[in-house]
Amino acid sequence: MADMLHFEIVSPERLLKDAQAAMVVVPGADGDFAALPGHAPMMSTIRPGVVEVYETEGGEPEQLFIKGGLAQISPDGLTILAEETIHLDDVDAADLSQKISDAESELAKAPDDVARTAVEKELAWMTALSGIVS
Amino acid sequence: MPSLKDLKIRINSVKSTQKITKAMKMVAASKLRRAQDAAEAARPYAERMEKVLTGLGQAVKDQPGASPLLAGTGKDDVQLVIVATSERGLCGGFNTNIVKVAKAHILKLIDQGKTVKILCIGRKGHVILRREFEDKIIDLKDMSGVKKLGFGDAQPIAAEVLAMFERGEFDVATLFYAKFQSALVQINTKQQLIPASLDDAANENDVQDDLGGAVYDYEPSEEAILDDLLPRNVAVQIYRGLLENAASEQGARMTAMDNATRNAGDMIDSLTVTYNRTRQANITKELIEIISGAEAL
Repeated sequence: MADMLHFEIVSPERLLKDAQAAMVVVPGADGDFAALPGHAPMMSTIRPGVVEVYETEGGEPEQLFIKGGLAQISPDGLTILAEETIHLDDVDAADLSQKISDAESELAKAPDDVARTAVEKELAWMTALSGIVS
Repeated sequence: MPSLKDLKIRINSVKSTQKITKAMKMVAASKLRRAQDAAEAARPYAERMEKVLTGLGQAVKDQPGASPLLAGTGKDDVQLVIVATSERGLCGGFNTNIVKVAKAHILKLIDQGKTVKILCIGRKGHVILRREFEDKIIDLKDMSGVKKLGFGDAQPIAAEVLAMFERGEFDVATLFYAKFQSALVQINTKQQLIPASLDDAANENDVQDDLGGAVYDYEPSEEAILDDLLPRNVAVQIYRGLLENAASEQGARMTAMDNATRNAGDMIDSLTVTYNRTRQANITKELIEIISGAEAL
């Protein structure tokens, strides 16, 4: 058995996941990267995308969507600070496209810049998610 | 001298009050446990965030062009004071204590000739502060609709604070809340949100990760990560403050209701003594009346 990578996904509300994996693919802001055991220490921001957790080498990955956050790889393992994760199996495509069109119409009538950026942010992760699901 | 009937009514009313306070105490106790669990569950995120920020912040802080969220605006003329209190009363001195500390801070700032803006989270603190600083309160965040405090409740507040900061409406933000220590002890805490204070996190016992000689790789760059992290940190700190506050509130209520129940018990005892005395006195009086009536015949 090869070395395992210890990884955690932490949200502000609780520890979402704490497990061992052979490899974790993280959607970094500058491009996806795979974290393997013994990876050099690094820190990266995450864009909305899918984290793929390979429990065994070459096995089927567990796919978790995250809305962005921060990944930190230290000798102890990989820590992802994320606000929320969504299991890809739980995503309802029809519901999502409804939400996207809702957000788009909301964006059109947003009163000021602050409200607009908030809606834009929501829209960004939803479009990213729908791109993956469909 | 109250009549027997009056006494009986009073005893009964105190008894039902006691039942209420007892029930409230038990409700507070179970809510306290939940609030404590929530506060504990939130700890890993805040701790990691703090670690990352401390590491990054020290390096970037003194560089020119560092984010104003970290380095400040270079002024401290306009101060935002965020006072987090509860939505409900009947929790002893909980709200008064927080407000007292905040008030001392506000008065000190006014003495120094600074402009103060107050943001209230929770109705109860607003009611007290309104009496003195009505013109300084810019907003009240009503949390009474919130059943279970989530990160989603803290985020809009943080977003608003950040938007105000970006518009240059204040230079320094301070958060007041009660840190939970035990059901009996709540520590009124003052925490600087903007610019982020890293001093308390950067104590020497905090051993940095041993990287085996390697250095962290930053992607895209240290500045970009900080820019992403600092606004998030404000939300996390507010969330943490609210969680601590929620636990403290329940703790304070539990203690207050425990006291009230005990006081009600004492009152029932003393009222019962008075009741029995009055009853005996009445019987004696009636006997005397009968005897003296019989003698007169």
